Amino acid sequence: MIDRSNWDWETKEKAVPIDPWKENFSWVEEPYASPDGEQVAAIVNIDEGEFNVCVNGETWENPFEKIWYLRYAPDGRLTALVSDTAEWTVAVNGVPWEKKFGYVWNTLFSPDGKNIAVAAQADGEYCMALNGNPWETTFQNMTYFAMSPDGSKTAAVVQVEDFGEGEIHKFQKGCFTAALDGQAWDTRFVNLWNMAISPDGTKLAAEVRTSLYDYSIAVNGQVWDKTFQCVWQPVIHPVTGSVIAPVRTGGKWTLSQDGEFLWDQRFLQVWHQTFNADGKTLAAIVSPKYGRWTVAVNGQPWVVTFGTMVSDLVVSSDGSTIAALAKEGDQWKIVVNGSPWKDTFDMAWKPVIGPDNKQVGAKVEKRGKYTVVVNDRIWPKECDAAWDPVFSPDGEKILLRTVENGRYLRRILPVTEITG
Amino acid sequence: MAEPATKNPVEEQKVVDEGIDVGISRLTEDKIEKVINQVLKGETGARLKTYVSTCIHCGLCSEACHYYMSNDKDPKWSPVGKIKQTIWEMIRKKGRVSPEFIRRAVEIAHTECNQCRRCMQFCPFGIDIAYLIGMVRRICHKLGVTPRYIQDTVHSHSVTMNQMWVKGDEWPDTLQWQEEEARGEFPKLRIPLEKEGADIMYSVIAPEPKFQAQLIYQAAAIMEVAGVNWTMPADKGWDNSDMAMFTGDNEIMGRIKRTHFETASRLRVKRIVMGECGHAFRSVYDTGNRWLGWSQPPIPIVHAIDFYYELLKGNRIPIKEKFKEPVTLHDPCNVVRGGGLGEKLRYVAHALCETVIEMYPNREYNYCCCAGGGVINCGPPYKLKRVKGNRVKAEQLMDARTRGAKVIIAPCHNCHSGLKDIKDYYDLHMDIKFFGDIIYKIMEKPE
Repeated sequence: MIDRSNWDWETKEKAVPIDPWKENFSWVEEPYASPDGEQVAAIVNIDEGEFNVCVNGETWENPFEKIWYLRYAPDGRLTALVSDTAEWTVAVNGVPWEKKFGYVWNTLFSPDGKNIAVAAQADGEYCMALNGNPWETTFQNMTYFAMSPDGSKTAAVVQVEDFGEGEIHKFQKGCFTAALDGQAWDTRFVNLWNMAISPDGTKLAAEVRTSLYDYSIAVNGQVWDKTFQCVWQPVIHPVTGSVIAPVRTGGKWTLSQDGEFLWDQRFLQVWHQTFNADGKTLAAIVSPKYGRWTVAVNGQPWVVTFGTMVSDLVVSSDGSTIAALAKEGDQWKIVVNGSPWKDTFDMAWKPVIGPDNKQVGAKVEKRGKYTVVVNDRIWPKECDAAWDPVFSPDGEKILLRTVENGRYLRRILPVTEITG
Repeated sequence: MAEPATKNPVEEQKVVDEGIDVGISRLTEDKIEKVINQVLKGETGARLKTYVSTCIHCGLCSEACHYYMSNDKDPKWSPVGKIKQTIWEMIRKKGRVSPEFIRRAVEIAHTECNQCRRCMQFCPFGIDIAYLIGMVRRICHKLGVTPRYIQDTVHSHSVTMNQMWVKGDEWPDTLQWQEEEARGEFPKLRIPLEKEGADIMYSVIAPEPKFQAQLIYQAAAIMEVAGVNWTMPADKGWDNSDMAMFTGDNEIMGRIKRTHFETASRLRVKRIVMGECGHAFRSVYDTGNRWLGWSQPPIPIVHAIDFYYELLKGNRIPIKEKFKEPVTLHDPCNVVRGGGLGEKLRYVAHALCETVIEMYPNREYNYCCCAGGGVINCGPPYKLKRVKGNRVKAEQLMDARTRGAKVIIAPCHNCHSGLKDIKDYYDLHMDIKFFGDIIYKIMEKPE
């Protein structure tokens, strides 16, 4: 994880004017703020077929013919997908990887930001590229992608057998498998979708379809003993390494662990199951009855339910705080431990839980203006743009990154200034 | 009324369809019985029971069906006739039917009913024949008997989450290519990829990047001129289409729709605007979302007709001059009969075109294009049956043409393809356009 203790938690306010950028470039795309708030950057157009990235008013040394997917890595390095002379690669702080490809997309970062991966295509063959190094093996197609928790390994669903247009029965024999660091499993499947890699990198689990009708989870190529009517993405227990996935049986959903039912409860839907750090708390978004949504913790649903959607589930590392977004009609709420906060918003972003496992904050939007809300209290500032709030390591301060009146602002406030 | 001609009439030939033939060869009566009863007992309930026990065999549904009307009112083509030949018999025989029965059932369910739901409006009890046909397709899917072309399309959905085997890199690459092309005309135009917090996610169906990239160009031009804050996803979730809904592969249908909605949720958009497609609209507001447990779309879905209505009503698209050629309007079943957009469709047409000539019947009573419901996706083996099965549509079009219509506006991809086949077969000499084609042509563009 990122060590935030060396960030500047003292300076109350730093500003970068960004409106003047518009005078210097043909156009300026949407800005991105660095995790520590010290930088704001945007893709800028210089001339026809000439793009650059402007960071705090300074452009990268070299322009590119095309640039897209500008994103900060968690460690603060600024990445983008860049193209010159019809070749694509990743640029990190303006420096392109030496290795070039026909195309790159789907940037993945490890939580500490040290590892950066993309899906890559070269000469019609596909592989993952980690920190500029492509897999040794390439494949004729590649669909779903994953990175291990430490970012040292990448995986993808890959096509390993040929089939022609309309060869439906050959397809149904199984032409796909999963590959970890380019090493494909021997087993073939009709389909594989989302995957998970264990923290130690030894286990790759994927949702699979073994026939048009039989769904299960495969771990390192071995399918669970049981098949189900459907499954969703597995997760791996952070301590025991067992694999847990939502499974559909008898028309209802529940969670299964290594092929055995984990929860007694059955729901109309179960997905996005999430563990806390020691694996003792397992929460998931569930539908207890048709058209109603909530969160279940270790199988027990919250009493409160919502009609439109529940999303963005987060679990504190100690498991004591569980937060999610809930939507009723077109209004979003933040819900913590089963209690909805009083305000509603036109849009809300994934809640952020503080280091004390108690504070919860989120970026929100109302009537086209952005702010943050912390512990059910709204910061009374209406901004033109905002990013997720970041709590200081001691939990006493909060970093707020906003755009107001053409200026990017980095603010440090005591949390109590918002919460009272 | 003038009769439409037929061009090069061809005798119907026995269809060879690997998806059906191979599937049938693997069936036994025991297997069929088991699967039918699993589906009937495990996946149906009061709805099926009500429909089956309520029908009084009055036949009022018959004349609602374009197949029946186009096939000289032969009762075997009537909606109730199709039900009699399929699910009723399966229920009556408690699932004990022969492989040859299943062969006929799959042909009826997949290539002789568009699930257009016109008949439902004429049934005194509102029996949803499309639902019953859908159950037949579900049973056929579970038996491994589905026409090859549409099965291949569902395989594509299952692998790529789009219906045309568009690979991961091909999608963003195509958007960037269209963006670059469009900058020749609109120098600062963007197709903003992965722009979190945009107002709108624009989603399309896979034939657009595969064969009709100009439609993406046109949509981007309209967004640019109207000043819309929009985005498109760079990864899966961009294709709103859903052939799995039509083959009864509900699990893949759910997976596709989950991907679509969760992509919009990830991008924090307030609405999804979808291109001019009919079946996808059905999938996102009715079937796909509900299979997942969302009684309504979790992110509001706005069909292109509704979106253009909003833009034109708000004077956000400046028009140079109205489209001059007289147009007639085809009401796509899933957006007009199903989605209630008939009046908005007319508002848009009148706002854009000098002369609008109605087809009769119209709005929710309009005849289907005969391509929908996955029928056109069953491929060339069934093309002749499809165009012959919609002579009434040709008569409708011919009537509009004799009253001056030169262009058919069809705000749906399947309708476009189906109507093209009909106009070619019946020598109708009419042009077919999307609203997007017309808006792009007549809107004011920068000099």
